[in-house]
Amino acid sequence: MSDSSTIVQGATAAVHHEHPPYQRHHFETIGQQNDATNFAMWLFLLTEIMFFGGLFMAYLILRNWYYPAFVAASHQLNIGWGSANTAVLISSSFTMAMGVWCAETRRKSGLVLALVATFLLGLVFLGIKSIEYTEKIEKHHVPGFHYSVKSFVDPASDPDVAEYHDKPLAPDMAQKTELYFFLYFAMTGMHALHMIIGIAILGFLIVRASAGAYTTGHVTFVENFGLYWHFVDIVWIFLFPLLYLISRHQ
Amino acid sequence: MPHISPVLWQFLVKWMTNFALFPPEASRIAPQMDALYFFMVLVSLIGLTIVILLLTSFSILYSKKRHPVAVQVEGSTLLEATWTIVPLGLFLVMFVWGALIYFRVYTPPANAMNIYVVGKQWMWKAEHPGGQHEINSLHVPAGRAVQLTLISQDVFHSFSIPAFRVKREAIPGRYTTVWFEATTPGTYHLFCTQYCGTEHSHMIGDVVVLSPDDYKKWLASSTSGASLAQNGERLFASLSCNACHNTRPDARGPNLANVYGSKLRLSNGQTIVADEAYLRSAILNPSQNVMQGYAPIMPTYQGQVSEDGVIALVEYIKNLNSDYRVQQTTNTTELLPTNEGKAAPAGQKATGSTPAGQGMVKQ
Amino acid sequence: MNYLSKENGLLSWLLTGDHKRIAILYLISISFFFFIGGALAGLIRLELLTPQSDLMATDTYNKVFSMHGIIMIFFFLVPSVPATLGNFFIPMMLGAKDLALPKINLLSWYLYIAAGILALYAMITGGVDTGWTFTTPLSTHYVNTNVITTGIAIFIAGFSSIFTGLNFIVTIHKMRAPGMTWFRMPLFVWAHYATSILMVLGTPVLAIALVLVVLERTVGIGVFDPAKGGDPLLFQHLFWFYSHPAVYIMILPGMGVINEVISTFSRKRVFGYTAVAFSSVAIAVFGFFVWAHHMFIMGISNYSVLVFSLLTMLVAVPSAIKIFNWAFTLYKGSITFETPMIYSFGFMGLFTIGGLTGVFLGTSGTDIHLTETYFIVAHFHFVMVGGMLMAFLAGLHFWWPKMTGRMYPEKISQFAAVVTFIGFNFTFFPQFILGMLGMPRRYASYPQEFQVLNVFSTAGATILGVGYLLPVLYLTWSLKYGEIAGSNPWQATGLEWQTQSPPLTENFVEIPIMDHEVYDYEWLERQKEKEVASVR
Repeated sequence: MSDSSTIVQGATAAVHHEHPPYQRHHFETIGQQNDATNFAMWLFLLTEIMFFGGLFMAYLILRNWYYPAFVAASHQLNIGWGSANTAVLISSSFTMAMGVWCAETRRKSGLVLALVATFLLGLVFLGIKSIEYTEKIEKHHVPGFHYSVKSFVDPASDPDVAEYHDKPLAPDMAQKTELYFFLYFAMTGMHALHMIIGIAILGFLIVRASAGAYTTGHVTFVENFGLYWHFVDIVWIFLFPLLYLISRHQ
Repeated sequence: MPHISPVLWQFLVKWMTNFALFPPEASRIAPQMDALYFFMVLVSLIGLTIVILLLTSFSILYSKKRHPVAVQVEGSTLLEATWTIVPLGLFLVMFVWGALIYFRVYTPPANAMNIYVVGKQWMWKAEHPGGQHEINSLHVPAGRAVQLTLISQDVFHSFSIPAFRVKREAIPGRYTTVWFEATTPGTYHLFCTQYCGTEHSHMIGDVVVLSPDDYKKWLASSTSGASLAQNGERLFASLSCNACHNTRPDARGPNLANVYGSKLRLSNGQTIVADEAYLRSAILNPSQNVMQGYAPIMPTYQGQVSEDGVIALVEYIKNLNSDYRVQQTTNTTELLPTNEGKAAPAGQKATGSTPAGQGMVKQ
Repeated sequence: MNYLSKENGLLSWLLTGDHKRIAILYLISISFFFFIGGALAGLIRLELLTPQSDLMATDTYNKVFSMHGIIMIFFFLVPSVPATLGNFFIPMMLGAKDLALPKINLLSWYLYIAAGILALYAMITGGVDTGWTFTTPLSTHYVNTNVITTGIAIFIAGFSSIFTGLNFIVTIHKMRAPGMTWFRMPLFVWAHYATSILMVLGTPVLAIALVLVVLERTVGIGVFDPAKGGDPLLFQHLFWFYSHPAVYIMILPGMGVINEVISTFSRKRVFGYTAVAFSSVAIAVFGFFVWAHHMFIMGISNYSVLVFSLLTMLVAVPSAIKIFNWAFTLYKGSITFETPMIYSFGFMGLFTIGGLTGVFLGTSGTDIHLTETYFIVAHFHFVMVGGMLMAFLAGLHFWWPKMTGRMYPEKISQFAAVVTFIGFNFTFFPQFILGMLGMPRRYASYPQEFQVLNVFSTAGATILGVGYLLPVLYLTWSLKYGEIAGSNPWQATGLEWQTQSPPLTENFVEIPIMDHEVYDYEWLERQKEKEVASVR
């Protein structure tokens, strides 16, 4: 067994002395570190797309099968709350982007302000979502929990859908609205879960940012979180039309 | 050799006497599938031999003792192209050959006689058009194309007859079909091959292939008195389907005569062929495909009719079809040339005895 | 001073960011799960010794084979080579100090452990009897076992696998040493790159399918429930969209190992390096478009069967290319037959059989007869056990000196490799014949006439078990008593061999420069001459 030790030539003396404190030991340069974490975040978002992709697939197939049920059920959603939430989320994306900019330009108080605004907007979104969920619970539109098809076999009894002049659905088709609401809760629930995780991380970011952590040049964490936040926003931008809007004209 | 253990000896005897490489070939498709199978075995053996020869000969020729210094070889486009194209070509041959067989197995001939099979945890129930029921067994005549229309009442099952080389999943909520023509009378294994829960391995039975004469005798002896279509007719009446589906001009539902196999125009403008799947869905999910000119007022029968009941109804509606009846009659005449309506009164009776044109619901 | 001796104490392991230590943690945990899965396999084979279900009741048997599948696939095969050997050697082969995201790497191990504990908890408190495939509506409405707990366990394990794959992709893109171009990367790294793509894009689809199953079980209604208008075939599509690529996750890293071993022990550059590299990527890409070949008899459209069957044929070609390229790597080499090489020969033979029998199943016509029988069981065990496990053992022996600094005992390990090969063939070859004869898989009892072949199989499994126990014993022994290995006992060319054994925490004293082609044995000779000259 030969024992020739390191026989590869070393790289030309690496820049060992000029490390910023936040550079991790295994990266050669801070640029490499930023690149790597950024790339990792994009890959993670790719997995998220595949994750939500499964749900969208299920939605498209079942919508195609039970079109009348999906139309009638989507009339149950409150377009006002939905639009408000869309506005809230888009604003939160704006404040998030401002936060990233503040971090890059090393404005500590601006960063904290932007993050707090994003945090609050996130909470507003969840608040509105919970109002919508409560409505569904009251009307027995939660699948598996005393689900009632009354609004669909007898739309006249339900003031919410009066404006659409929906014809009553036959009982067998009305049952399929339960599938719509299953998907509604699964999709918005998964989205809300991502929001909750995001808000939790935001809380952590706010604490660290007010200690001055991200305004000394180390912005990748804020930047990558921003990517995540925008992604969650974009998912909603797809969910909102699919669940609320595309049946409006019916 | 008495000095080896008697148990081992018996074991070896058993092996030598029962040894088989493939199950009996008892259907028309079996030899065709085996031909492809053995072609693939041959190709695989040749391929494996080549790999083993290469590995052993190189290992011997270029072992360190014989060949102390390696000669670096980059690769060879020609060689690599060879072992890309040759396997690809062979695989494509298998693909085409296999696809031909696949289409044959799942494309029943027009004159096949149809048997319904319902899978449920953990038994198979076969429903013959003559009204004969069987649990975990299936009697079929030799030399006659038999189509199976399968459905499951609960979970996925799979109807497998190794001796026929056919298999089809029985799926909840939709019909699947498969067909075969048995060639050799005998008793063969019937397995459920899709894992379906606790007693999966007990969901087995026998497929009994009978000569046409024996089959006729079996039909006669196992009749339940009414054909499947007659059962359907009874069910049709007891569910009051005829309240709407009748021939009166002001009928609220479409007339079902000659509906089977026809092209229907739906209220959403699409056209659809009324096959078994459509008829089933029209009973269980009536509002999904409403015929043009009719209001979606039919209630669903989901939960009120079992899969067996739906099958009886579908068979009844199919029998309202004069063409279908003619076809069945032709089939029956082929099968029962001499004693139609006597030795097998219920066997094919619904098809033979109800005069064409009056198959509508009697008011 | 090396990565093992740098710090001591349990915490220094549990909080480590060092990819090598995490690899060791993984090695210990997957071995643990392998032996649990193996014990369950032993129970299966014992039950199948006789035609009746006499050792255990059918529902016990169902739980045993379900847990065997779940543990072996999600807790052994998927993480086996990537999370241990890949984790350990990808950074070293690239000349990096660590994976790009060490904390994520550690998180991935914790997720794996959490998932594993949850799965074991589910197993102890009643088990699960859906098979590893969780077929709906059986899993959602017809069984009363721990589907939810197991589903969550696999969901978590899935994220562990996603994070591993993600880490590898980032590392391979961003952490290569100077001069390490894409086509100077060892093929082991290429194989892991392809694997990682599958992990990152496939696993989330399994995750969402399992979420929907869990939801459907919880609320009693869902998109897979045919009684309420759902589509059980949708589950099949989502499940196999992951689980077919998953079989490539389970074999590609093994192929990567074989490249390194064959090249090293025949002293030759891998024949047709580029073709082998691209064939890995081709398998990964085509692998995403063949999932419905698991559904040929489920009543999907005949024409989609055509498409999926054709694509399956295409995915078989890159595997054939690899086999021949490995065989020709031996050509004009200078071959020695150490244990890793014996395992690799075993791999090539068994994987050839496993791959070719896969063509039987990808061919739509013969699939009708062979699917859902023991033929398919034999096929995927030839690929997974004959392929991946052989490759794992080849890699483990190959890199053992690097990981531990000690040699394993050569004679007994060669013996173990041969025992494994013989035992494996005895166990699984009869199952091909059983399958052709029509014996269905997942049967606790079976018709009398299948017994003889089943007895062969069980006898073989006993030999196989011995073959797997031996390495545990002698490898553990070698930790203390093995010969000191030195930095490059095999005279291999990979960068991982050009540093001390066991390596330093940061792998290299200085970041190496890749100034030569990969598998360049002449460069290695020149380096040695230089060194001798410099000593003089």
